[in-house]
Amino acid sequence: MARMKMAGDALANDPFAAAFATQDIQGRSLWIDAWHRLLKNRAAVASGSTMFLMVLAVVFGPMLSPWAPDFTDWEHTASPPSLVNGHWFGTDAVGRDILVRTLEGGRISLLVGLVATLVSLVIGVSYGSVAGYYGGVTDRMMMRIVDIIYALPFMFFVILLMVVFGRHIILIFVAIGAVNWLDMARIVRGQTLGLKNTEFVEAAQACGVSDKAIIVRHIVPNLLGVVMVYVTLTIPHVILVESFLSFLGLGVQEPMSSWGALVNDGAQDMESSPWTLIFPATFLAVTLYCFNYIGDGMRDALDPKDRV
Amino acid sequence: MKQTGLGHHFASRLLSLVPTLLMLITIAFFLIRVAPGGPFDTEKPLPQEIRANLDAKYHLDEPLLQQYFRYMGQIVTLDFGPSYQYKDWTVNELIASGFPASLAIGGTAMLLAFVMGTLIGVIAAIRQNTAVDYSIMGMAMMGISIPNFVVAPLLILVLAVYAGWLPAGGWEWSFRHMLLPVITLALPVIAYIARLTRGSMIEVLHSNYIRTARAKGLPERIVLGRHAMKPALLPVISYMGPATAGLITGSVVIERIYSIPGLGSYFVQGALNRDYTLVMGVVIFYGVIIILMNFIVDMLYAWLNPKIRFDEG
Repeated sequence: MARMKMAGDALANDPFAAAFATQDIQGRSLWIDAWHRLLKNRAAVASGSTMFLMVLAVVFGPMLSPWAPDFTDWEHTASPPSLVNGHWFGTDAVGRDILVRTLEGGRISLLVGLVATLVSLVIGVSYGSVAGYYGGVTDRMMMRIVDIIYALPFMFFVILLMVVFGRHIILIFVAIGAVNWLDMARIVRGQTLGLKNTEFVEAAQACGVSDKAIIVRHIVPNLLGVVMVYVTLTIPHVILVESFLSFLGLGVQEPMSSWGALVNDGAQDMESSPWTLIFPATFLAVTLYCFNYIGDGMRDALDPKDRV
Repeated sequence: MKQTGLGHHFASRLLSLVPTLLMLITIAFFLIRVAPGGPFDTEKPLPQEIRANLDAKYHLDEPLLQQYFRYMGQIVTLDFGPSYQYKDWTVNELIASGFPASLAIGGTAMLLAFVMGTLIGVIAAIRQNTAVDYSIMGMAMMGISIPNFVVAPLLILVLAVYAGWLPAGGWEWSFRHMLLPVITLALPVIAYIARLTRGSMIEVLHSNYIRTARAKGLPERIVLGRHAMKPALLPVISYMGPATAGLITGSVVIERIYSIPGLGSYFVQGALNRDYTLVMGVVIFYGVIIILMNFIVDMLYAWLNPKIRFDEG
């Protein structure tokens, strides 16, 4: 708050120079500040490092593996984890290597997490900032719509969407993203309401900057902190939804795979070959766990007053 | 004054249920109707005449809008129509046959989650920043992070397959058969409620009136039980709405894993078979439960929270 005040004072003297200069300085100090606080949070740092390794493994692992994800090793079907035959995580009933399949599935799961979050980010931020900035009847109408959609059992709608339009990967991105923007819109709107009465927005209005430019150049950049926190918390949620769909057999389809689909496969064979369940399940759980901790840490770092 | 205010709030919230319900039914209806492929698309196409007769019987040959209004008229009388796939069954009958099992598991899970979650949360709050607190919160984070379709097979593997203590699936009205599904379903909700309770309890314990209560020399038990508990539970109350939605969604998976003949399994089957009427019936039925639960929670919250006054209303 104090920082915002300072920015406002500077703007009163020279709006144009200040709009560029202070925004830059303010942004950097806020981020560095938050970064230091984040680094002090041991759980978040450990989670961040784990996720970094996970991303590396998922991206480069399949290239380094001697096995292709769809290669069926008939000599070693349903082999338990073994260093001798080269299947470190074992193989499934048709001899596919679990390690490379888990990494390959991780690509899809993480990709869905990122892209669907991006979709919800774009919709949520534009919707929320417009509603908050214009206020009045527009705001009331727009938020009323959000309230109504919010009350709907949207998981069922995602399932319906998948059934109706087939299980295309693009559709998974869009469907999951399209139902996850509501929280983002609410949060962004709340923040925008506070921002639009600040002096620097007033100054921009006085200079005759268009509404669109004010939202894009002045409002949205100042929302980034809150939005980042929420993005980190949305990613695990989205990965979870995708796995849920894939587990029901409604998500990604063969030969593509995701952690949810692998857990589903593994659960079918778990009595005879439990490793087909345990490895993908562990990867999925560790990822979700880490993302939640990073999100928590970022919330504490960027927004110390609003912790649960 | 407060009473009339609450009544006004009640009425306006009750009115706002109508557009929500309307939207629920409309989206469900059109979403499933734009689907390529219909309920009578079999691998071998049916003869023209039979197909035409079937379509006529279920009014599928009418214009979409007419079907929509026909369906709306039907819904008002609480009639979800016949199922397309389960011949000789109406959707109402299917819901009536599947819901008891789902309700038993979901209701028990909800109760368990509320009791356990608040208890654990309060313990963590009292022991804030100790090893107890950290381990409880670490476990709660695990409960939130690990999806129940991962927990369920692992529990089955350990407790049913290896140890052989509990049945791996199937459904009977018995404690042994309900234990695993209920625990699996409740775990994430317990974890979430524990986190909520801890957070609000810590905040409440730092407030002035708790300091006053302690300064008066009240025993800690009374301070916690009588003074701190009620305000600390408010966030938990308002979470009960989303929790219901979460439990219902979770039950779709849980019922499949433990092969429980509940509504969730009907829903997945119906969706895969394009059994329009069944799917819509379940979506609307569950949607209404979620919407009503949100409404009840909202009212309860307003009633319990002395900070919300409706004098202006």
